[in-house]
Amino acid sequence: MSSQPYKWIGTRPNRPDGADKVTGRARFGADFNMPGQLIGKVLRSPHAHAVIRSIDTSAAEALPGVKAVVTAKDFPEQPNVIVPTGEMQVNLRDVTRNIMAREKALYEGHAVAAVAATTEAIAREALSLIRVEYEVLPHVIDVEEAMRDDAPVLHDHLRTEGVKPEPQKASNIAKRMENIKGDVAAGFKQAEIVIERSFTTQPVHQGYIEPHATLASAAEDGQVQIWSTTQGHFQVRGFCSRLLNIETSQIRVTPSEIGGGFGGKTVVYLEPVAVRLSQKTGKPVKMVMSREEVFRASGPAPGGSVKVKIGARRDGRIVAAECTIALQAGAFPGSPIGPACWTSFACYDIDNIQVIGYDVVSNRPKVAAYRAPGAPISAWGVESALDILAQELGMDPIDLRLKNAAKKGTKTSYGPTFDTIGFVETLEAAKNSAHYKSPVKPGYTRGVAAGFWFNVGADSSAAAHVAEDGTVTVISGNPDIGGSRASLALMAAEELGVDYEKVRPVIADTSSIGFNFVTGGSRVTFATGLAVVNAVKDMIRELKGRAAKTWGVDPEAVVWENGMARPAGSNVGEFDPLSLAQLAASAGKTGGPINGHAQLNVQGAGPGFGVHVVDLAVDRDTGIVTIDRYTAAQDVGTAIHPSYVEGQLQGGVVQGIGWALNEEYIYNSKGKLDNPGFLDYRMPVASDLPMIETILVEVANPSHPYGVRGVGEVPIVPPLATVGNAIARATGVRMTDLPMSPPKLSAALDAATPRMAAE
Amino acid sequence: MNNIQYVAPQSIDEAVAAMAAANGTGRVLAGGTDLLIQMRAGVVSPGIIVDVKKIVEMTTIDETSGGYRIGAAVSGAVIGEHARLKKAWPGVVEAINLIGSKQIQGRASAGGNLCNASPAADSVPALVAAGAIVTVQGPKGRRDVPVEKIHAGPGRTTLQPGEIVVSFTLPARPAGSSDAYLRLIPRTEMDIAVVGCGVSLTIQNGTCTAARVGLGAVAPTVLLVEDAAKALAGSRLDDKALEAAAAACRAACKPINDKRGTIAYRTKIAGVLLKRAAGIAAERAGRK
Ligand SMILES: Cc1cc2nc3c(=O)[nH]c(=O)nc-3n(C[C@H](O)[C@H](O)[C@H](O)COP(=O)(O)OP(=O)(O)OC[C@H]3O[C@@H](n4cnc5c(N)ncnc54)[C@H](O)[C@@H]3O)c2cc1C
Repeated sequence: MSSQPYKWIGTRPNRPDGADKVTGRARFGADFNMPGQLIGKVLRSPHAHAVIRSIDTSAAEALPGVKAVVTAKDFPEQPNVIVPTGEMQVNLRDVTRNIMAREKALYEGHAVAAVAATTEAIAREALSLIRVEYEVLPHVIDVEEAMRDDAPVLHDHLRTEGVKPEPQKASNIAKRMENIKGDVAAGFKQAEIVIERSFTTQPVHQGYIEPHATLASAAEDGQVQIWSTTQGHFQVRGFCSRLLNIETSQIRVTPSEIGGGFGGKTVVYLEPVAVRLSQKTGKPVKMVMSREEVFRASGPAPGGSVKVKIGARRDGRIVAAECTIALQAGAFPGSPIGPACWTSFACYDIDNIQVIGYDVVSNRPKVAAYRAPGAPISAWGVESALDILAQELGMDPIDLRLKNAAKKGTKTSYGPTFDTIGFVETLEAAKNSAHYKSPVKPGYTRGVAAGFWFNVGADSSAAAHVAEDGTVTVISGNPDIGGSRASLALMAAEELGVDYEKVRPVIADTSSIGFNFVTGGSRVTFATGLAVVNAVKDMIRELKGRAAKTWGVDPEAVVWENGMARPAGSNVGEFDPLSLAQLAASAGKTGGPINGHAQLNVQGAGPGFGVHVVDLAVDRDTGIVTIDRYTAAQDVGTAIHPSYVEGQLQGGVVQGIGWALNEEYIYNSKGKLDNPGFLDYRMPVASDLPMIETILVEVANPSHPYGVRGVGEVPIVPPLATVGNAIARATGVRMTDLPMSPPKLSAALDAATPRMAAE
Repeated sequence: MNNIQYVAPQSIDEAVAAMAAANGTGRVLAGGTDLLIQMRAGVVSPGIIVDVKKIVEMTTIDETSGGYRIGAAVSGAVIGEHARLKKAWPGVVEAINLIGSKQIQGRASAGGNLCNASPAADSVPALVAAGAIVTVQGPKGRRDVPVEKIHAGPGRTTLQPGEIVVSFTLPARPAGSSDAYLRLIPRTEMDIAVVGCGVSLTIQNGTCTAARVGLGAVAPTVLLVEDAAKALAGSRLDDKALEAAAAACRAACKPINDKRGTIAYRTKIAGVLLKRAAGIAAERAGRK
């Protein structure tokens, strides 16, 4: 635990938004309403791939109660430019086509038109009156199939970027990338043992409980207000501004409370459509997706394939590593192939690395970020291969990783050299854990894997205000998706030396605080936390100035300690300390309101590492896996509010276990999603899992005043291989395709043991 | 959505009359855990909803000379709290109690489970194994039907227009009898059976003297597997008999490949569950 003598940091007070959330008072996306609002609904393509020949909206428009119908014609064409959103890059030309199909419908569920009507029933009926003439085309879903020469091509203009000479033919491979360190061919020559395997994963969804929802109101004078459930209201504003040619400052976006996002709410689907419908009708327009729409048309994570080759010496030292990763981007280019490649071997100090990545389009919804985008897929391959290596060498899997662990000074394959990181400490914490030291119960087996994520900094703004009674408001601009309000308030209380209860953190709309990048990349507690700390510092500077003025001394002669201004030394003079309340009471006489501000582009996000251990049992007859015990160790920098750090670890693990065992998009032969609901899209339920144990390894990030590292994404990286490694050790069968669902595992076990099949 | 009428009659006669008056647009509402969801999804749009939860005969459990009569609309939670029924028919009760979650149990009924006619309905294989008799009332009066005759295919029953399932009767049976139900789902709850298997048997002096086997989710309807029962009856439930019964279950399967399981998997699991369920039923029956 941290040796810093903090008063507030590291404590576990109730979260400021907690009471509202447990009493139902909190307002989520669908809870916003305005007088006279219309209900907007989207017509979606029933085909996975089809040319849109024509759309006839006349019958729908004639239906009483229908106020407007929009199609792609209502949205201006966009240039071929890439803009960052969260951890993913998007192309405006593609975004406008994703929110409303133009030339083609590119996946089942692709929006082709939308209506606004006085009631939901009328809106639905209107959808059924829109006539769309489609020319159905052959489609492709699977990433390997989409890469084949004879695959149906989604975009005639798409040429593979990153290959020379520049290709002449259209392809579904949007991009080829590589990152290379050292010389792999030479490295493999030194190898005494080489492991080479291929792994695949199926597409999965973030599975946030709250469907996308928005309310938009465009006034006659051109001002637009939007309420939305989003991880980035500044991004909603930016997208609506670009996609609808509205000046940015004319748009004011207020984020609702958010029922999960995990990266999937860093992009827009409904907001530009609702604004356009509101502009056309002059009325507020509310749009809420059904669960089915969420599955069919919103940000899934890619499926992919990973080929791994690892060469090592008999003592376990890895001398060369190679991997080739292909990820489904969905209907438009832009899978998280970059992070998938860069993270693949980031845990390890290896001299010779070659990673090749392919970004591949296919007839699925355009992927959105999902916790550590791309990293779980490459880690599934790499960490499984390492487990095979450990087995073949007869080495403890943690010892193998310790032998090759990245440390301060290790140069990554993608460029940067690590500063202070905590992978070794995390491996040791896992090795010394009560779980790892306990004997494995009869009938159970143990698996281990590791994972890495960079974490992100980027743009944040914050403000702090002292109220008339000396209490404090801290204002920032990131939707609170995992307890960030509590963490920001704790840091502000620590910095200011006042009670946590005296600090009220609020999340401002886009017009009430400066720009903030999305809640994503595990950045809020780190980057926005830094902005808050700096805003408080700015406010303290002001407070010291007011004390100096009161005492008639230089501001430099005042120090701020434990929430009070004091003379810096006895030579300054004999003055009683001035409390925040006293300074607030006299503010009118010393210069007016006391506020602080900060804005920065935050660098120096500290990367994080996780090491996970599972004990599980496999029912050989049924292929059902039962998880008995699971421990996640992670270097978390400083755990500002340990409960919410633990919650992040536990949530990531649970999602990772779902990805490993049961979650998958199931497409039928026509490319239609067959399981667009939580019944057949099987995320774990509470009774499936034990309490996930956590070990917080606090290796402070040197680039943050309180040592904060992002913590929210790392924990979803190791579970896929952790579970797979345990299953392999339990059964002798190495699963290489996710999910390891009962039918699949059972078939693999039967194939390996003819006894069962012969029955 | 058009206007929907709702009635909650006090007697079966009134309910049957309301259904008859509706001319085919009526729908019985018990717990509503299937019906309301199907209405929201737009799969069904009834003109009139006939709520049967106010009808005493349909919402009570009676003991009848060693057997039991269970109202078709009794909720799973109420059935689970009936200690004597649970002791006599642990398999039937555990099957009904497996439906959904705590919240669903407060509403869901065995009658709804049967009439919704899902091949994967959890209570039905157990009721089939139990030899339950269904009492049905309609415009033409009352009739008794073996439960396995109700399903006609996915979502379809042999009930005549306007007929309502009133109750289930579980027969009296000799000492040394018990039953068990097992289902396979990929998760631990809130899921639909990939395969469900109910076994009811009587054991006397270590020999199985009578057996019935019901199988769910492996064919368009829940199956009564007579060959499996024959393999068990007369045996001492030794490995050979169990394997023969498992083979009969596998042979009875006519499953489909779908998002919940493959043909091969369902077929294999039918055998696995038969053996396990028979083992549990035998333990409960007091096998020494
Ligand atoms: C979250 C959830 C989980 C579920 N889990 C399971 C599960 O694990 N296993 C399972 O088998 N099912 C499950 N179900 C489905 C459902 O709960 C069951 O089928 C339940 O038994 C239905 O009973 P009910 O009383 O709610 O039926 P209702 O919805 O009231 O009725 C179902 C159908 O039967 C008709 N009907 C009802 N009663 C009669 C009657 N007496 N006579 C004639 N027709 C009648 C209705 O008109 C309707 O068509 C689940 C449902 C939900 C929502």
